[in-house]
Amino acid sequence: MSAAAPPKIRVEGLDAWFGETHAVRDVSLDVRPLSVLAVIGPSGCGKSTFLRCLNRMHELVPGGRATGKVTLDGEDLYARGVDPVSIRRRVGMVFQRPNPFPTMTIADNVSAGLRLNGWKGRLEEIVERCLRQAALWDEVKDRLHSPATSLSGGQQQRLCIARALAVEPEVLLMDEPASALDPIATARVEELMHELKARYTIVVVTHNMQQAARVSDQTAFFYMGELVEVGDTETIFTNPREQRTEDYVTGKFG
Amino acid sequence: MNRSPAAPLPRVSGGAARSAHGPNLGDRAWSGLLGLLGGAVLLIVGVVVLALVHVARPALKAGAGTFVSSSDWDPVSGSFGALPFIYGTVVTSVVAILVAVPISVGLALFLQEMGPRKLRPVVSFGIETLAAIPSVIYGLWGLFVLVPALRDHLEPFLGRTLGFLPVFRGAPIGLGYLAAGLILAVMILPTIASVTTEVLKTVPASLKEGALALGATRWEAIRMAILPYSRAGILGATLLGLGRALGETMAVTMVIGNSPTISPSLFAAGYSLPAVIANEFAEATGDVHTGALAGLALVLFGVSLILNSAARLLVRMVASGPSRAVAS
Repeated sequence: MSAAAPPKIRVEGLDAWFGETHAVRDVSLDVRPLSVLAVIGPSGCGKSTFLRCLNRMHELVPGGRATGKVTLDGEDLYARGVDPVSIRRRVGMVFQRPNPFPTMTIADNVSAGLRLNGWKGRLEEIVERCLRQAALWDEVKDRLHSPATSLSGGQQQRLCIARALAVEPEVLLMDEPASALDPIATARVEELMHELKARYTIVVVTHNMQQAARVSDQTAFFYMGELVEVGDTETIFTNPREQRTEDYVTGKFG
Repeated sequence: MNRSPAAPLPRVSGGAARSAHGPNLGDRAWSGLLGLLGGAVLLIVGVVVLALVHVARPALKAGAGTFVSSSDWDPVSGSFGALPFIYGTVVTSVVAILVAVPISVGLALFLQEMGPRKLRPVVSFGIETLAAIPSVIYGLWGLFVLVPALRDHLEPFLGRTLGFLPVFRGAPIGLGYLAAGLILAVMILPTIASVTTEVLKTVPASLKEGALALGATRWEAIRMAILPYSRAGILGATLLGLGRALGETMAVTMVIGNSPTISPSLFAAGYSLPAVIANEFAEATGDVHTGALAGLALVLFGVSLILNSAARLLVRMVASGPSRAVAS
């Protein structure tokens, strides 16, 4: 089942807690480079928490902590002395609800991360490139200096994707990126994921099984904080190893 | 404030059905009562202004043209110029705001964003305590601690290092604008800090996470996402603090030196509008003197009104429409 190339991300024995709640239990899996891994499971199964452990965002929540090993190209993200800030520059994230900076213009939102890193080059070109990658350029090229809040929800979400792309991450984490969007905007974001996996490794959490089936190469099924099964998406949806996976993907529960 | 798209409000069908019969009696009585209360507030303001105008009339008649523009205040010879008091009130309030706002915003950020969780309640309690201290105690503290410290240490130091600025020139006497401004800063700090803390609480967590996910440090996330989102609220908090600084009487009169003069130096003794009203009203000699003091009260009212309106306008300008972000 594993490809010849070494994994982009390898998770080994990952546990995560919110205070006393054990939200992710002993999860191990690999993510292949330049592929899409979909993480599915019922609400509260720990899939979002798992995702947030991959760029060390989970520990920002009061009471949030994680143990285990997560390696990015063989480098342990949880090793002593690793600065979470530098990890988040390599592992970008798109959230459930579009969260552009409301006080900034469209262009400034895209370049926000670059300006943080003290980028001195020409921002305009990067803004254009990222907006094109996020399939938003044609809709906003004439109003780059309008407020980001003037965009529709779906446009805002693509703006957030462009913003995440601008810092040139290697991995893109997406936490139910289309759940707050209408069907047309959802289709655009899914299309975008197809294009983006040519350059980025993507891990996407979704509660929408059709979406997982459409966009992903591999699928991981989480239940009650445990990884029940991970494998090629086709296998998970047509011929899963575990009964619980089959029950979930066929809609018997969840 | 700018919000991300709000979820559509659910329609409550029961309410719609009932409103078809018009608002019920209880609702109408209740809204009438509230309207009465709202009107009463305006009425009280109007009555206060009218009363002040009535009392001030003799003085305004005597020196109508020069009351606000003259800097000569001498009740014995009958000259009443309000300028030194306006100047003192504005200068001390400005000093207070300049000192208190950065500290208050820092404290609020500590309480809401950066401080160790165990320390936060302690600091928060300290700020609340500052707000509970009566102003006369601030005045005493100013007289016994702040004024000597200014006279012996801070003012000579400022004179040596920043003496090229007119505001830091002159004899370090302790009592004066600087002492009053600093006392006011301490007094308005709890107001600004606690309102700013509440404002910071309204910043959506998703904004902060958005910044952090881009690889921002905590401080960068504050500068990039939290402060820009909160600026209107922080301005509002400042406005509340300013209101308190403008009207504060007791602590100011104890440390400002009570001298109706205008000096560019912050070290010099001055006077403020509320201070002179409180000090001279009981011993006012004749209608004109009393009237002049009532006139000062009107001026104080006017100054507050102007500063409040200006600040409100500023809040509205800042709240509407994003500006270009400050590049790092």
